[in-house]
Formats: sequence, C-alpha cells, structure tokens
Amino acid sequence: MKKLINNPDDVLREQLEGMQLAHHDLIHIHLDPAFITRKEATPKGKVALISGGGSGHEPMHGGFVGYGMLDAACPGEIFTSPTPDQMYEAGKAVEAGAGILNLVKNYTGDVMNFEMAADMLMADGIKVQNLIIDDDVAVKDSLYTAGRRGVGTTVLMEKIVGAAAEDGYTLEQLSTLARKVNRYGRSMGMALTSCITPANGSPSFEIGDDEMEIGIGIHGEPGIQREKMKTVDEITEMMTLGILEDPAYHRQLRAWSPEKGEWIDVAETDEPFGSGDQVIAFVNSMGGTPVSELYGVYRKMNEIIEKKGLTVVRNLIGPYITSLEMQGCSITLLKADEEILKYWDAPAHTPALRKGM
Amino acid sequence: MITKSHLIEWLRACDAIYTENKTYLTQLDTAIGDADHGNNMHRGFRKVGEQLDSLADKDIGALLKAVAMTLISTVGGASGPLYGTFFLQAAGKASGLNELNAAQMADVLEAGIGGIKMRGKASAGDKTMLDAFIPALEAFRTTPDDLQTALNNAADAAEKGAEDTIPLIARKGRASYLGERSRGHKDPGATSAAMMLRELAKAAEGDA
Ligand SMILES: Nc1ncnc2c1ncn2[C@@H]1O[C@H](COP(=O)(O)OP(=O)(O)O)[C@@H](O)[C@H]1O
Ligand SMILES: [Mg+2]
Repeated sequence: MKKLINNPDDVLREQLEGMQLAHHDLIHIHLDPAFITRKEATPKGKVALISGGGSGHEPMHGGFVGYGMLDAACPGEIFTSPTPDQMYEAGKAVEAGAGILNLVKNYTGDVMNFEMAADMLMADGIKVQNLIIDDDVAVKDSLYTAGRRGVGTTVLMEKIVGAAAEDGYTLEQLSTLARKVNRYGRSMGMALTSCITPANGSPSFEIGDDEMEIGIGIHGEPGIQREKMKTVDEITEMMTLGILEDPAYHRQLRAWSPEKGEWIDVAETDEPFGSGDQVIAFVNSMGGTPVSELYGVYRKMNEIIEKKGLTVVRNLIGPYITSLEMQGCSITLLKADEEILKYWDAPAHTPALRKGM
Repeated sequence: MITKSHLIEWLRACDAIYTENKTYLTQLDTAIGDADHGNNMHRGFRKVGEQLDSLADKDIGALLKAVAMTLISTVGGASGPLYGTFFLQAAGKASGLNELNAAQMADVLEAGIGGIKMRGKASAGDKTMLDAFIPALEAFRTTPDDLQTALNNAADAAEKGAEDTIPLIARKGRASYLGERSRGHKDPGATSAAMMLRELAKAAEGDA
C-alpha cells in the first residue's frame, strides 16, 4: 500500500483536523463524537439539514456543509456508517426550532443508525424526518436485496434541498421535495480498479488489466457483473441507456409517520425518463479517474440523451462522491422541473461546491 | 448457573477473539461486503474490553445494557445497531439478576435474537448473522441436559449455521447487491456470531 498517511488509525481524525484548518471560515469540526457543522448557527426557524455516511467519499458529505446545503455532516469510519450518537449530537447542535431532515443513503447500516438517532432526538421533543435516497439502477429488485443503493443523486439532493431549506420550506415541504428528487434521480457506476482502505492495506478486489466492474456502489465493492474492458463510448452508452431505459421502479421506503407515531413503509414509484424531459446530468469520478476522461464520458452521454429526445439543461462534472482512489465513474441523471431548477441555481457556499456567491 | 463473572470473562474473551480474527472477518466481508466487518467488531469489543473493570459491580442487566450502548456508539455499519440491539434486548430479560439458570439464559438469548429480527427484518436463510443465531437458540432450547451442554450445542449449531451460509444467496445487507455472486462465500456476520457463542460456552466452563 502506498498512501499519504501516517498511522492508519489516525487518518480520519487528521483529515478532519486539516479540514478545520483549511475551512474555518465556513465550518466547525467536532470530535468525540465526530460531526461537522456550519460555522454560523442555524437561523431560527430554518429546518436543519443533516447527512452522513462512511468516510472515503470525500468531498461528500463534510465538503457540502455550508450556506445553501447541509447544516451538519456525520462522518463514519472509512466505508462504515456513522453511529447514532454522532447524529444525535449533531442534531442537537444545529436544530433551530423547525425540525431536522436527515438525508440517508440506502444502506442497511445507515438506515438503522439514522433511525436510532432520530428516535433519540424525537425523545427530546425535536421533530425529525429521515429521507432515504436509493437511486442506483444497477440493483434491479428490492424483493431479494436490501434495495437500490444511495449514490450520485445524494450530491444533487444536498444542493437542491439545502437551497429550499434556506428559502424557508417547512419540514413537511422539504420532505416532499426531497422525495421528488429521489424519485426523479437515477444513477449507474463502473470501476476500472478497486481501492485500498488504510485500515486494510490491500485492494478490495482483484481485477485484471483488461477487465472492468459494472454496477458498482461507492464502497470499493465489486459490481453486479464483470466484463472485458471497452471504449469510453461503449461504456458510456451502456450506463446512459441503463439509466434512460430503466423501467418504473416500485419499492417501500422507511419514513417516520407523525400521525401514527411510528416508522412505516411508504410505497414509492420512480417513473421512467421520457422524450422531452429536461435533466441535470452529473458525471462523477470515483476518485482516481481524471476530469479529462469525465469529459469524454460527458460527450457521448450528451449525444445519447439528445438522440432520445431529452435535453441536458444543467451539469456537474468532477469527483464529488468517491470511493477513495478507485478509478471509474458514475452518471446521474435527474429529471428537472421548475422547482428543482430554481433550487439547483440558487447560491451555495461550502468547501466543495460554490455557486453564485 | 451462569454468573456475572462468567459473563465478564466471556466479554473479555470476545475482545480477544475479535482482535485475533479482525483480519479474517474483514477478509470474509471483502468477498461479499465492504471489507470492514472485522474492523468494526474489533473496534467495538476493544472498547467493551476497556470498560469491563468499571462494570464489575453491576448486575447482569446493567452489564449487558452498558455493552449495548458501547457497541451502538462504536461499531457502526449494519452490525453495530444489530449487535447493539441484541445486547439491549437481552439486558431487558436480566435486569437485577446476578446469575442465570438455563431457562433464564434461554429467555435472554431469545430476546436478543428477537431484537436482531426486529431491527434488521431478516429471516432464516437470508445469509446473515441470524443463520448462526437461530439454529443456536433452537439447539439451546432442545437440549434437556445441563446448561453447559446446552451452551456447547448452541455453539456447535451456530458454527454449523455459519458454514451453511456458504451456498446461500444473500437477500439482506450489502451482500445482497451481489445476487448470485454472493454464493460460495461465508457470511461475515454469521461467523462473528458463532465466535461469540463459542466464547460464551467456553467462558461458562470456568470457575465462577
Ligand atoms: N438486515 C440484517 N439482519 C441481520 N443481519 C444483517 C442484516 N444486514 C446485514 N447483516 C449482517 O451484518 C453483517 C455485515 O456487518 P458489517 O460489515 O459490520 O456492516 P456493513 O454491512 O454495514 O458493512 C453481514 O455479514 C450480516 O451477517
Ligand atoms: Mg461491512
């Protein structure tokens, strides 16, 4: 293993200390338990937006704490969901009378840990809702799996929902918007290499020079299938069509029911994309793939989207939701209506994403 | 009888066994998960190990509850809430007690396993830790002889249950994303659960 680290056990803490020094004008880092908040307190009456997950996906989520996006982020160990005490302390630190919306990526551990944290906060009389993000079309059914993973849509979600929270949305309005963004967003990822967590020191899977993994998540795990290496045009076509031709997706998602006072399963259906749709396109590097190659992906993706009668109206290109040093990329397409575009275009100022201010 | 000092020795042994098997459990999780299960168990039980001396004068319920809270706040991932809930629900059946007879032990195990089912909504055969726990409880309950034999049988059944996850296709947790590709690998959580139950049987043999 060759990495820019000292002791593997200190990587997470040292990373947070560096972030604090670099971005003290925007954020504040808390340790034991670890969470990141904005430097300024949440304005009174604004819903507090919190996310979190394993580390190793930087700049997500800590890099998106700041005006127009998150109020707090909770980093777990590398690729391991954070623990409820982190979300509980973060929630108490940033809640400002209007409740908390937790943005949770759909992994068994994340869902359970955020649910326990929400229970603890609600026991203190704070209003909380958990919004589960599950946009990875590589996972086909939810009957025989833990359901689709939460991947690229998370980044777009944090931007859009963050701006709406800034604009005064109530917890209910914000949850409704977040559910729509989740229904409208779809992603697919692929890997050329695996990655190495500092704690393990060896690659998460072996892969030949002429092979690639299709349908990966963001935790250095192998994908749905392994294939022979192809050209960027062929790979982009496979991913873009995988997203555009994905049929309606039905599943149940956990949410808190304030009326019933318990966690319930809510039925959700993602409708397929159609000709005439406007989309926000997000081409993401898994960490090791250079931006130059992402533009190659964008070129072919745009051609396919136009041929299908859709239009890319906004884009985001770069490493925003990564798997350490893994080479590979993901594509996220989000159907954009007026409300979504309004908040995508609204100002934001965070360590990793800045727009209009 | 299982006494409180048996249980403290058990938890100390868990700390040791997950330290020893950190790499092995993580390797199992590398094949069908995200390569962290051994690290998670080691981090959690290392913290439990550090706290044991300060828990010596608590009753079994309070001891198990303290273990639950430590695991919930240190393990993370799926196994943190699941093992945490196991200990939390088990604690509920042991409050005020300083020793457990066979019937009480069965209740404690059953409540703990019920907690895992409630939180994770998995069933037998989904290729999870329940595939070690469920047969273990069954073996414990159907052993008419003494407590020690019941614990030994439970540990045997858990180890067999963990082995038997190899041909299964995972339907819960991260391994489920792999579908067919999850076949042929042993489930890391079932393996760590079997280790925990083997250490319980071994600790019970000691002087109390
Ligand atoms: N829904 C569930 N119910 C019971 N056990 C589960 C469930 N989901 C996952 N597990 C267990 O958790 C283990 C993985 O734990 P760990 O690697 O620590 O967490 P994560 O999967 O979040 O990385 C699996 O091997 C499996 O035994
Ligand atoms: Mg794991």
